Amino acid sequence: MAQPYMKKDDDDEDVEYSPFYGIEKGAVLQEARAFHDPQLDARKCSQVITKLLYLLNQGETFTKVEATEVFFAVTKLFQSKDAGLRRLVYLMIKELSPSSDEVIIVTSSLMKDMNSKTDMYRANAIRVLCRIIDGTLLTQIERYLKQAIVDKNPVVASAALVSGIHLLQANPEIVKRWSNEVQEAVQSRFALVQFHGLALLHQIRQNDRLAISKMVSGLTRGSVRSPLAQCLLIRYTSQVIRESSMNTQTSDRPFFDYLESCLRHKSEMVILEAARKIAEMDVTSRELAPAITVLQLFLSSSKPVLRFAAVRTLNKVAMTRPLAVTNCNVDLESLMSDQNRSIATLAITTLLKTGNESSVDRLMKQITNFMSDIADEFKIVVVEAIRSLCLKFPLKYRSMMNFLSNSLREEGGFEYKKAIVDSIVTLISEIPDAKEIGLLYLCEFIEDCEFTYLSSQILHLLGNEGPRTSDPSRYIRYIYNRVILENATVRASAVSTLAKFGALVDALKPRIFVLLRRCLFDTDDEVRDRATLYLQTLDGEVAVGSTEKDVKEFLFGSFDVPLANLEASLKTYEPSEEPFDISLVSREVKSQPLQEKKAPGKKPPAGAPAPAPVPAVDAYQKILSSIPEFSGFGRLFKSSEPVELTEAETEYAINVVKHIYSSHVVLQYNCTNTIPEQLLENVTVYVDATDAEEFSEVCSKPLRSLPYDSPGQIFVAFEKPEHVPATGKFSNVLKFIVKEVDTSTGEVDEDGVEDEYQIEDLEIVSADYMLRVAVSNFRNAWENMDPESERVDEYGLGVRESLAEAVSAVISILGMQPCEGTEVVPKNARSHTCLLSGVFIGDAKVLVRLSFGLSGPKEVAMKLAVRSDDPEVSDKIHEIVASG
Amino acid sequence: MGEFSKESCPSVKNILLLDSEGKRVAVKYFSDDWSSNASKLAFEKSVFTKTLKTNARSEAEITLFDGYIVVYKFVQDLHFFVTAGDDENELIIANVLQGFSDSVGLLLRGDVEKRTALENLDLILLCIDEIVDGGIILETDANTIAGKVATNAVDGSAPFSEQTISQALATAREHLARSLLK
Repeated sequence: MAQPYMKKDDDDEDVEYSPFYGIEKGAVLQEARAFHDPQLDARKCSQVITKLLYLLNQGETFTKVEATEVFFAVTKLFQSKDAGLRRLVYLMIKELSPSSDEVIIVTSSLMKDMNSKTDMYRANAIRVLCRIIDGTLLTQIERYLKQAIVDKNPVVASAALVSGIHLLQANPEIVKRWSNEVQEAVQSRFALVQFHGLALLHQIRQNDRLAISKMVSGLTRGSVRSPLAQCLLIRYTSQVIRESSMNTQTSDRPFFDYLESCLRHKSEMVILEAARKIAEMDVTSRELAPAITVLQLFLSSSKPVLRFAAVRTLNKVAMTRPLAVTNCNVDLESLMSDQNRSIATLAITTLLKTGNESSVDRLMKQITNFMSDIADEFKIVVVEAIRSLCLKFPLKYRSMMNFLSNSLREEGGFEYKKAIVDSIVTLISEIPDAKEIGLLYLCEFIEDCEFTYLSSQILHLLGNEGPRTSDPSRYIRYIYNRVILENATVRASAVSTLAKFGALVDALKPRIFVLLRRCLFDTDDEVRDRATLYLQTLDGEVAVGSTEKDVKEFLFGSFDVPLANLEASLKTYEPSEEPFDISLVSREVKSQPLQEKKAPGKKPPAGAPAPAPVPAVDAYQKILSSIPEFSGFGRLFKSSEPVELTEAETEYAINVVKHIYSSHVVLQYNCTNTIPEQLLENVTVYVDATDAEEFSEVCSKPLRSLPYDSPGQIFVAFEKPEHVPATGKFSNVLKFIVKEVDTSTGEVDEDGVEDEYQIEDLEIVSADYMLRVAVSNFRNAWENMDPESERVDEYGLGVRESLAEAVSAVISILGMQPCEGTEVVPKNARSHTCLLSGVFIGDAKVLVRLSFGLSGPKEVAMKLAVRSDDPEVSDKIHEIVASG
Repeated sequence: MGEFSKESCPSVKNILLLDSEGKRVAVKYFSDDWSSNASKLAFEKSVFTKTLKTNARSEAEITLFDGYIVVYKFVQDLHFFVTAGDDENELIIANVLQGFSDSVGLLLRGDVEKRTALENLDLILLCIDEIVDGGIILETDANTIAGKVATNAVDGSAPFSEQTISQALATAREHLARSLLK
């Protein structure tokens, strides 16, 4: 099929030779007219089709008209008996993906080929036809496809099976009818037919767990020979194990034994598949060991792909079970110099996870050599691994900090630099000893930093951390240099940072003033404005608040209102005489993730919008403040989640929301009448508070009428001692007059009958007086609290199901917000520290540090340390835990 | 393009054959991940530049980027690539690559270079068509692949199963000779 007409002279070395040199779409489309020739020249036609395919392959597109024209021309070529040409015709039809009315034209030709004696025609015609037809046409050829699946020629059978996999997406009900034939194909003696058959059978049955389990247990006994089919079977087996482990533990054994036996298979791809699946499972160390051993052998293979696959798998294992991989450390170290940089990077990051304290220095040295010749994306991976290693071995921070600062000096893009800065920032906040050295490294970096974002971020950090270091003055030069040298955004950040030093370090104040005054002549508005504001407030001439403490709090205090809540409040705020009051915005963090965990298995349908985190408290505040009786209660401190007081699907559905004020509690009963034949009137809740001594009922707001399916609220208010977290149990009875309703006419019977309905008891617990408020940096917040307020005690929690269970029990007793993800207890942990924060009634900030430990089998001990704005609250927290 | 359940069946995202400057010789995409020709070209460019400096001549090499694993091999001035999702079994993909490069070698009579490849572009395209169908692996054995392709390219051929591989190669050779003589 050469195109000599375009061939260049051989001595013309400069121009690259290509048979398609100078090819043009228009000309080729012209040439395609040859397809209409009554005397077809097969060779010529093949050449033209190849040119058309070449054009398409280079990304050329045909217009609708051109495509139709070519398609019609190509269909003419079915007249030729030339097999090579026919093969290209098939390819061309697939490339053109004709519309459904065009498909009809080739259907009969393709169906003829499908029943041809030539296997090649049959196989290819099936693939083409299945690619282009729709459901109605499919029913017409279904019979042939079923035959083809069990065809004695493996290529034909595979073609039909693979087509079945594609067709299953759009026409599942048709393909499912082929089960019997597909099952026969799975038993075929041809390797690939087995593979394609198994893939299709699994797809057909994928929603039927029992059928899959049966299929797998039948096949694992050994009729599958092809390595590809084995890989499939390994996947399906591990899927069965994964799903059955949720129900029972016992029946997995034969399945797991099968996976293990695959580790001894002769094909490497099967071994890899099995090892990887075992490593992903939740198995014991002994069960994991054989998989690790085969992967270790792969590490020294001469094939890069094999080394890569092994090190990648080990890397994943090391994330969760570093100890299991330590045996491979020697092999991994030799891979650090691997020619393939992907392999070397994976080896290093694995080592960083499995390494022990003594090998850190050596590792860092080796990595330094390696860093210079890898791409940024690999470097980021390494930097992140170093950060987690440093957190693991804080004593070794010096060499790792050193490494990070050296990396900062080298060339690199934004993402890479950001990863380093983020790592240093994390280390500064987690390792106190590393703070000063880390800050200095960052100062050096901003002296020559081209990224505005990073400069601003570092300046902000300097403002928070710098004033509290041993020698704050050393940072001023770096910061003021920014004011002189940088762009407006960075200058403004630098001004704020300077002001923070001025506010927090009295000795520096006069000098900071000098610097800030210079900023008054800046060319940028924002910079000047900031300088003016800070100068005025720090001078104390303009009173923003009454005391100096207020000024500092106003300018530099942390912003503890969750942004989502603030956004929601601002949206509902209606412009009026009354200014927006930020103190009314809920501080409570809505804990979505926790709720999701409570309902395992059932995931919300994809695409359904997650419930918006609009604080319900805002809505409650509105309702409550509209009721005159409650207006004197002051600011609403907290509203609980609704607590159900009735079983699901009973006559009346009732839940209660507890609203806590400083000296009152309002119970809001949300009632729904679920009986169409009834109308309830004068609905009240009779609350018996004899088991809640500190509470006395002050008023009650009954519901005049409660028609079917339209919810109403009843309120009952109690008084309690101010700021006291009084607890108690309340029993509730719903009292009402019930009237019959004729559902057909909607008429209500005049006469009603008095009735009552027992609903469940309700408790007010200590957690109701605690707001879940997160802090961004627990360590800082902890250190800023008065150590005098700290109360520490130890508790034995007795025998618990697990450490995790004990942790979540204590969290729910206290009703506080877990910080920094510490509510998650790693698997098999023997001890755990959990950090909690919250605001207790009376607006006292509370921080809690819980240290859990297992003593003896399942015996959990806990050390509880509390700091709070008010030492009495710290004592209170201990009381709560002691009584809980 | 049908996107079938990826977890249960190994799948190939694309097969690329580029020249030593990264230009297309023949490519085939089986995934909707690249919706336009521009995004395809961008992918080819980045794959090419990322792998250019490596030595993938004696053994197939592998790299991981943008959430894909790419297995590749260079022969003379031709660069062979096979791409898959990053959770795929690397050895299966390497097997596909080997089937691809070896069958091209058979079809081009060992004369694996850009010029010959372009002169036999129809064979290369048919070869890709025989290896992967809509992302699903059809065949990875180089002899079988080359056998299927070569048989098809010859006038009035016998069914491939009745041909030996040496016959298949003979016909391939004849095909080539014919195209050169013309």
